[in-house]
Amino acid sequence: MRRFSSVPFSGTQEQEQQLTSWLEQHKDMPGAAMPALQKAQEIYGYLPIEVQRMVAEGLGKPLAEIYGISTFYSQFSLCPKGAYKISVCLGTACYVKGSGKIYEKLQEMLNITGGECTADGKFSLDACRCIGACGLAPVMTINDDVYGRLTGDELEEILSRY
Amino acid sequence: MEMVNLKINNIPCQAPAGSTILEAAHAAGIEIPTLCYLKEINEIGACRICVVEVKGARALATACVYPVAEGMEVFTNTPKVQAARKTNLELVLSTHNQDCLACARSGDCELQRLCREYGVDKTNAFEGEMPERSVDDSAAHMTRDNSKCILCRRCVAACAKNQGVGVINALERGFETHIGCAFEAPLAESTCISCGQCIVVCPTGALHEKDDTGKVWDALNDPRKHVIVQTAPSVRATLGECFGLPIGANVEGKMVAALRRLGFDGVFDTDFAADMTIMEEANEFLHRVKEGGVLPMITSCSPGWVKYCETFHPDFIPNLSSCKSPQQMFGALSKTYYAEKMGLDPAEIFCVSIMPCTAKKFEVGREDQSAAGEGVPDVDVALTTRELASMIRRAGLRFADLPDEAFDPAMGEASGAGHIFGATGGVMEAALRTAVETLTGESLAKLDFTEVRGTEGVKEATYEAAGLTVRVCVVSGTANAGKVLDAVRAGEKQYDFIEVMACPGGCVNGGGQPTQPASVRNFVDLKALRAKALYDEDAGMGLRKSHENPLVKKVYAEYLGEPGSEKAHHILHTSYVVRERQF
Repeated sequence: MRRFSSVPFSGTQEQEQQLTSWLEQHKDMPGAAMPALQKAQEIYGYLPIEVQRMVAEGLGKPLAEIYGISTFYSQFSLCPKGAYKISVCLGTACYVKGSGKIYEKLQEMLNITGGECTADGKFSLDACRCIGACGLAPVMTINDDVYGRLTGDELEEILSRY
Repeated sequence: MEMVNLKINNIPCQAPAGSTILEAAHAAGIEIPTLCYLKEINEIGACRICVVEVKGARALATACVYPVAEGMEVFTNTPKVQAARKTNLELVLSTHNQDCLACARSGDCELQRLCREYGVDKTNAFEGEMPERSVDDSAAHMTRDNSKCILCRRCVAACAKNQGVGVINALERGFETHIGCAFEAPLAESTCISCGQCIVVCPTGALHEKDDTGKVWDALNDPRKHVIVQTAPSVRATLGECFGLPIGANVEGKMVAALRRLGFDGVFDTDFAADMTIMEEANEFLHRVKEGGVLPMITSCSPGWVKYCETFHPDFIPNLSSCKSPQQMFGALSKTYYAEKMGLDPAEIFCVSIMPCTAKKFEVGREDQSAAGEGVPDVDVALTTRELASMIRRAGLRFADLPDEAFDPAMGEASGAGHIFGATGGVMEAALRTAVETLTGESLAKLDFTEVRGTEGVKEATYEAAGLTVRVCVVSGTANAGKVLDAVRAGEKQYDFIEVMACPGGCVNGGGQPTQPASVRNFVDLKALRAKALYDEDAGMGLRKSHENPLVKKVYAEYLGEPGSEKAHHILHTSYVVRERQF
């Protein structure tokens, strides 16, 4: 399955300049690929093909190698984050309280899979580990708002607030 | 060399400091099995088949990367070692597509052999979820079936390190890990140069060439077709390996006999076309030198190299010789000169080539390779050495018992210069024999240009002839080619003529050659042994120069005129394209 973000790339000249000057300075550093991708994600928020090409060319490395690293570490995202970042806790307590079903239902409602962003850039969905609110299990957060004791029936109403 | 003393299975032995347990054991006559290890390019200790016990060590050690030390005691064959190897094999099998009976590598699979050796008696010792694995058959030359991949990463290493291409990598993580191109692009859209070096290092059937033998059987059984075959220089030096003959056995005669028994209407030699290539290429080179053309001129016989140049170094396209490769020159002449001579319609001729190469499958479909007109490709089907072996087996021919037969004369006579095309340096040496004699007008006293022989990745030499200094470079492995081109571009190196073969060691080590297990690949110099067969054949011949080949002279006299003539250009030369680097 080919992995492209459905959200069009909208990088700016400034962002590109920032990344290419970093790459220029660090291209001979051993093991530069990892920090380069971290820098790129810091600048762009995610690592679409356009950005990975810049990293590959800047470091003189094959794109497949850069892509391999970007898909190995969970800290890297190939999709942009939405204006509203939904995180569903799949930690043990939340999971036994049914957060897996909440996660699945959100994927259906938003028509995306976990890790992706809706085409309009509004919502992105991720699974996360324990956020320390086990007493409220199952828990999700939307940006800084916390929603607990979810059953699934209230999700539509919650999303409509954003 | 500093040596250390150690004991392997209680037997005292010595090994160079810094060498590995695997190497020390091999020298002591003990083979330790490996799956992921490839000397110098893939020393990652990942598959854990090579585990051994080291006295005093906390856990089993991976022999492929564990250095020897003074006083070390190693045990390669204890019950603990055997059990660990067996378990590791069972774990590999737990996610392996076990469609073995229908697998291209059945009987020749390193995983299968190890399972037998280690007494794996259940293929489902660990049952559970199977990863989703895809098949990529988008490319013209090969298929990747990830359901048979054991993630050893030998292909990744060969592609990135030997070839400097790096089109594949391990993607994702853990259970999801698989080999693929960036962003899961299909191989056909990638920068793959079709060299097939990934295939020859694959231990299983995950990578194999596209099987085109069906098309050849169909043509052989079609009474309307005149089916002819040409065999590349290096195939005669390797085909015997598929039938249990020693590495480096020259089986030219038996190969010809086998092809005739398969039913081909003409059994010919690509080496004749290699001689033609030399005529055109030497002429082109001398023309460039005299007329101030683009130098260094770079050979164009190796389609993997040509695709690499077009993709990664398009600024050197004007340096590529415009000569078609010998395969394509043969095909072009078969559908023009030979068709005319035999009174055949070129469309009735079905030209098959037996090649050491998977990029040849790509090359037959290139643009500007149809001398007889649109819709009549110079070559119809390119088969690898392995595919020819499978046809010979299916036809029930007892290869070792076949008589030695000679090529058909119409397009079968070749010089020693043509034979050595199959090894790195061979094209250069063949070209020098003709170019120097053309320049001086005198017969060379010594025909061996030994400076350009040998399996090193980059060789340089300077020759003087008739007041002209020619600086030559011979490169094999496209990673080396990339480095040489970078040096030429930067003005650090000056050459007049460069030979490049995409595969390390040249065609004798091509991506279409018989597979050899890592146990052989890591400890035997395949390239040198196979190349020796070609150089020996050349040395034993009276006819060793392309321009003295009577058949070559005849083709020019009766059909093409002079080397570099308009007709020769139309039939024997081609053009190149800049290729996008998307994935």
